[in-house]
Amino acid sequence: MSSPNKNLPGWIDVGLIPLINISLAFLVSGFVIWLIGEDPIEAVKIMINGAFGYDEALGYTLYYTTNFVFTGLAVAVAFHASLFNIGGEGQAYIGGLGVGLLCLLLDQYFPLWLILPLAIIASGLFGAAWAYIPAYLQAYRGSHIVITTIMFNFIAAALMNYLLVNILIAPGSGSPESRVFEETAWLPFMHEIFAWFGAEITRSPLNLSIVLAAIASVFVWFFIWHTRWGYAIRMLGHNENAAQYSGIDTKRVIIGTMCLSGALASFVGINEIMGVHHRILLEFTAGYGFTGIAVSLMGRNHPIGIIIASLLFGALYQGGAELAFEIPTIQKEMITTIQGLVILFCGALALMIRPTLERLFSNFTQNNKTAVVE
Amino acid sequence: MTVEQIATSRSDVAGGQAAPPTTSKTPAIELKGISKSFGPVKANQDVDLKVLPGTIHGIIGENGAGKSTLMSILYGFYEADSGDIFICGKKQDIRSSKDAISAGIGMVHQHFMLVETFTVLENVMLGAEGGSLLNKSSTLARNELLRLSQEYSLAVDPDALIGELPVGLQQRVEILKALYRGAEILILDEPTGVLTPQETEQLFKILDILRSRGVSIILITHKLQEIMAITDRVSVMRAGTMVSERETKDTSKNELAELMVGRKVLLEVTKDEATPQETLLEAKEISYRDEDGILRLDNVSLTLRAGEIVGIAGVSGNGQTELLAALSGICALHQGSITIGDREITPDSPSSAKEIREFGVAHVPEDRHRMGMVTAFDAKEVAIMGYHEDSAYNGAFLMNEKAVENHCRQLMQEYDVRPEDPNLKSANFSGGNQQKLVLAREMDRAPKILLVGQPTRGVDIGAIEFIHKNLIKMRDAGSAILLVSVELEEVLSLSDRIIVMFEGRIVGEVTAKDADACQLGLLMGNAGAEEKRNSSNNTIMTGELSE
Repeated sequence: MSSPNKNLPGWIDVGLIPLINISLAFLVSGFVIWLIGEDPIEAVKIMINGAFGYDEALGYTLYYTTNFVFTGLAVAVAFHASLFNIGGEGQAYIGGLGVGLLCLLLDQYFPLWLILPLAIIASGLFGAAWAYIPAYLQAYRGSHIVITTIMFNFIAAALMNYLLVNILIAPGSGSPESRVFEETAWLPFMHEIFAWFGAEITRSPLNLSIVLAAIASVFVWFFIWHTRWGYAIRMLGHNENAAQYSGIDTKRVIIGTMCLSGALASFVGINEIMGVHHRILLEFTAGYGFTGIAVSLMGRNHPIGIIIASLLFGALYQGGAELAFEIPTIQKEMITTIQGLVILFCGALALMIRPTLERLFSNFTQNNKTAVVE
Repeated sequence: MTVEQIATSRSDVAGGQAAPPTTSKTPAIELKGISKSFGPVKANQDVDLKVLPGTIHGIIGENGAGKSTLMSILYGFYEADSGDIFICGKKQDIRSSKDAISAGIGMVHQHFMLVETFTVLENVMLGAEGGSLLNKSSTLARNELLRLSQEYSLAVDPDALIGELPVGLQQRVEILKALYRGAEILILDEPTGVLTPQETEQLFKILDILRSRGVSIILITHKLQEIMAITDRVSVMRAGTMVSERETKDTSKNELAELMVGRKVLLEVTKDEATPQETLLEAKEISYRDEDGILRLDNVSLTLRAGEIVGIAGVSGNGQTELLAALSGICALHQGSITIGDREITPDSPSSAKEIREFGVAHVPEDRHRMGMVTAFDAKEVAIMGYHEDSAYNGAFLMNEKAVENHCRQLMQEYDVRPEDPNLKSANFSGGNQQKLVLAREMDRAPKILLVGQPTRGVDIGAIEFIHKNLIKMRDAGSAILLVSVELEEVLSLSDRIIVMFEGRIVGEVTAKDADACQLGLLMGNAGAEEKRNSSNNTIMTGELSE
């Protein structure tokens, strides 16, 4: 009735606020760099150049971006049903197991065009299965999804350790890795694809998976906002009572949403296992699942926002590595600090400056109005 | 005693103490030229208000007329864009509710601001402890509370837990809280919404005493009979402006209604005698326990027949919500059975909201924000709730958004939902228009059975008239309607049969023409909330009714 108008125009909400948040994060990062006696401006230059400056750098940035898009979408889909899926890491890990097993099984018999779709399915099924158990426990037993998905990350890690050390390890190998797949099960690298068309770019881990990431983003957009299933997911997320009232089987929606979320996270396995490492190995997920939470938060659970946020985090990963390389006093831990600050400001404190902006905005519009009246 | 009777007896109670307001006195509150906008919405425009000391001043207006905004400005929740506030002739700058309290203003909110697990005394002290050690201040507070209770005849046990008190007493604690903080001016926002007629009567007696002790009271309500019953003067707001002010004794309900809406309004519902046909739904001895194991429905049996409106009267929270939920398949039965057509729903053969909807049962939930709509959704998405899997709205993968939008637009035209914009976020519609959208969605498919809870909650007079007419029209077209409402007047004027619920049980059933508000009110409160745990009392009451 007479609640104050808290709606800021879209460009402030999705444009200005994240921009201010990033600037704040960089400001604090710059201060820390200045504290250890380095030049913050120089550091930023190196970082930007290291992330976008030349084709190899861009390749790496986009390769990281691909992983973040998958895990970011995974978190976002679950979030629309108001489920907080912290288990992207474990789902990606197990998804990678699915991809790896399929490749180990079929790489000697089938060509890539047959293996790839099967690998995507296997990855999705494994990831979904890993998300299914916490989802079932949430829907039918009331165990909180945050707790169970975190636990399932540990279980996934332990399981992979066991499998790689005892079962999947390549015969005669000293390190816990499976054998390398035949080349039929390798996703083409982007530099290879460019080479087919006669363009030459520097080698980087960037591979065909980035196309899958783009397709997944478009799919999620259609699915969440333009299908009856997405409608049910969003309704459950906004108002569980209304969902029950509308005859939506909330338990099934919870399980379905989590399975989709797990499947999306699992595609990290396609990028890493099929695209880069070509074998199953330990800890290839490297925290992408967790960073996906920050990506999704920052991207406002919308595919476009997630792509932009993924690009930012990709650039941070790559530019940060470059920075640590160029300025030895800035160590790996400093890069982690900067990433942490970005996550802190864009994720945890995402809405910190909103009230201030609301006040400024309402003052501004009011002043304009009185100016018109007078 | 009905509210009208209170009005006439009031002058006897108060004697001559409620001095006729004279213009020579300094007003307790004077608002001058208050304006407040939210974005493009002008909630208050150049509003003037004068409240004389020791009087009860009513403010009425439709939803969105700006009553609550005006009071929020007076109580410091919002700051006015322009205009001045004078308290007892002194200009005051009220920027927060703290300022308002220190200026002697107290507010009793529609939804009580009480901590249910605290005692009365603790609630009264909360925020005004006056020191870091509780022991000393609570002794002081206890004495002060007792003094106030005596002075204003507001009896209440300081050590009772709030959660265990009936609503009427909780409200009394709210009033005490305000008085404890030294309020000379009391604002009551829709105070009677949650009260039984008897509790309302009690409240009005209290207000009368407060007035005779010199407290100035602003009463915000949309119930005209309350204005007529208790106020000295009344101000009418419409669309953010103060349209007129009247001496209560010189005006009438019809005039006030017309001023509020800006046109002539039909206050009475006109309907023909019902001609009930075959039974469409039969509930037999159904019981339901909630998640905490509390029995919410206790052996309830009822039948719904085509062409008949069955009204459920009762103070909210006595099982009506659960009855609607059970009949519409949202919650599962623990005992008993519901028969709709050939289908018998029992605890062993449970149903779902989806299945029941497919039987032609439509449901307008009591609380549209809690259940009937999703405020974050566009209007068009709200318009297909419960029907979103209908093939008319879906392709193989994508939804047919054109069809959804057209359907919504058509509903909006037929039910006069304004603004007629299917793509507008549903939260941005006024309460009345939201309710019309929900009603449109449920009534449009000509359901065989319509379960409707609080059809006019938070809806303005113009829309109430429209909604009532449509309900009668549906009944005459042969639908069976179950109406749940806490507005006794609404139940009385619409229903053909009335069932009274108390603590999950049916404690009485009467035909509408034999019912009167007083008798129903007694049943609703089960003859005195203080003795409500005394079950032998129930049988006496039901017995009296059947005589």
